[in-house]
Amino acid sequence: MIQIFQLYVFILAGFVGFIIIQRVPPLLHTPLMSATNAISGISLVGAIVAAGGQYGKVSTILGFVAVVCAATNVTAGFLITDRMLAMFKGQLKPEARKPEAGSAK
Amino acid sequence: MNELSSRDLIIQASYLAASVLFVLGLRSLTRPTQARLGMQQAAMGMLFAVIGTLLNAEILTYSWIMIGLVVGAMIGYPMAMKIKMTAMPQFIAFSHAFGAIAATLVGVVEYRVRSGESGDAGLSHGLAAALGLEVLFGALTVTGSFMAFGKLQELITGRPITFKGQNAVNMTAIVVAFGALAMLIYDPSNGAAFYTVLTLAFVLGISMVLPIGGGDMPVVISLLNSYAGLAASATGFAIGNNVLIIAGALEGAGGFILSLMMSKAMNRSFSNIIFGAFGAPPAAASGAKGEAKEPKSITPEDAAVQLAYASSVVIIPGYGMAVAQAQHVCRELMELIEKKGGEVKYAIHPVAGRMPGHLNVILSEAGIDYGALLTDVDDANRVIAAADVAIIIGANDIVNPDAEEDKSSPLYGMPIFRPWTAKAVFVIKRGKGTGFSGVENPLFTRDNTLMLYGDAKGVLGSLVKEIKALDEGH
Repeated sequence: MIQIFQLYVFILAGFVGFIIIQRVPPLLHTPLMSATNAISGISLVGAIVAAGGQYGKVSTILGFVAVVCAATNVTAGFLITDRMLAMFKGQLKPEARKPEAGSAK
Repeated sequence: MNELSSRDLIIQASYLAASVLFVLGLRSLTRPTQARLGMQQAAMGMLFAVIGTLLNAEILTYSWIMIGLVVGAMIGYPMAMKIKMTAMPQFIAFSHAFGAIAATLVGVVEYRVRSGESGDAGLSHGLAAALGLEVLFGALTVTGSFMAFGKLQELITGRPITFKGQNAVNMTAIVVAFGALAMLIYDPSNGAAFYTVLTLAFVLGISMVLPIGGGDMPVVISLLNSYAGLAASATGFAIGNNVLIIAGALEGAGGFILSLMMSKAMNRSFSNIIFGAFGAPPAAASGAKGEAKEPKSITPEDAAVQLAYASSVVIIPGYGMAVAQAQHVCRELMELIEKKGGEVKYAIHPVAGRMPGHLNVILSEAGIDYGALLTDVDDANRVIAAADVAIIIGANDIVNPDAEEDKSSPLYGMPIFRPWTAKAVFVIKRGKGTGFSGVENPLFTRDNTLMLYGDAKGVLGSLVKEIKALDEGH
């Protein structure tokens, strides 16, 4: 039964993702990708449990490596997204909407 | 379900907050003005989720976790602060690999614990399916991303690497991997099946990216983005964690949409992409077609005069501009033309660069207002048709008229810019070679096309110098 609930969550979240992400302008596609990448570094949550759970030495080591990798993914992902978004300056100027005006001589 | 303790409630509340902030963060990306704040909030969401997880009763020792978090932050911070914007695709590939390693390892730990601890009883068929898919997508993304990283960083050749029977080998590996996955689901205690899935997924990651060339990288990166998300989602199924399922689904959807857009922009069918069989390079297209016209060239002095008196200029950059690091001098040229009363726009093709939106980031880095970036092919073509000069910098296939006119061309059907509709076309190009796809470009021999041979940065620099000289001279 729990798995059915999980499937609900997965499918609904997928829909939300589709609806929102389709509206992201091509201008921001690179930040979008690094943002979703940073967000999916949420595997960190699973890694933390694996590393701290004392399931034996091998599991702790694998869990530790997983924590390092996921933490790298999260830190780097959010920071680079922020760095990129800080660079996008300006606004859509009015003349951007009527481009033909330029060459009408 | 058991009664929730207050500790569990706090954990679940932190996960819910994280999920909501992630969704809002992604929504903020629909507007450039809100994006930064929204993503900072999403980062806060991540912090909530981590703090919530640390309260988990299953966790007995914190030392490894803390060391791991600190080490991860210490690797991630300098990486993110130092990386050049031109190297963004490599960086993203690298980051995908790291996230996928984590997901894969969690899957392995989980499988070991569940199958060892309490025998078959601890591992239901559903859980086995989740773990199998987790390591399948995870491992595929790990090696696939490292291959993509290697190609983008030019550690391995960017040219497609192919061998005889490649598709047969790939198909066999896929079939065997899914067979092993089915066996694992049928008998969750079958460790051999689990590790077969894991191993084959590693192999598939390599063999699927190997035959793909540099120009197809936007599709590959988007696809790996989607796979990384699915791996995270499967992790959520395996450990019964909704925030993982949600975050993974968001990334899975994002990567999927981007790969659809990229495939459309390159006019490749989607099934072609799903199966990764899009590597086959178009066999050195049809050779020279009869009349070998020589492209005309122009000197920077003459080009500068035309630009100085143009009232509308459209710049069409490609990956070549990024390679030459020519974005800053490009802005200088833009400012000079604008000072003389001309208007400058940039036409950015969806697949220009090595990942979706790559050139927008590079031009923004140079301080160019995003209002000047035209990202819609049809809009851009309208502006180009009214322009006095179109300047092509390090782009080739995205301006090849064969895509519209020659049905036998491998590019046929791809939506392209039509620079030849402008009054004059300047093409800045290193040499007389063909583009990435190896296809001749008849644009270069059109009547209104003039070539400026040389390194993009050098040529643009001399254009800037010449326009300045015009002012000072007379």
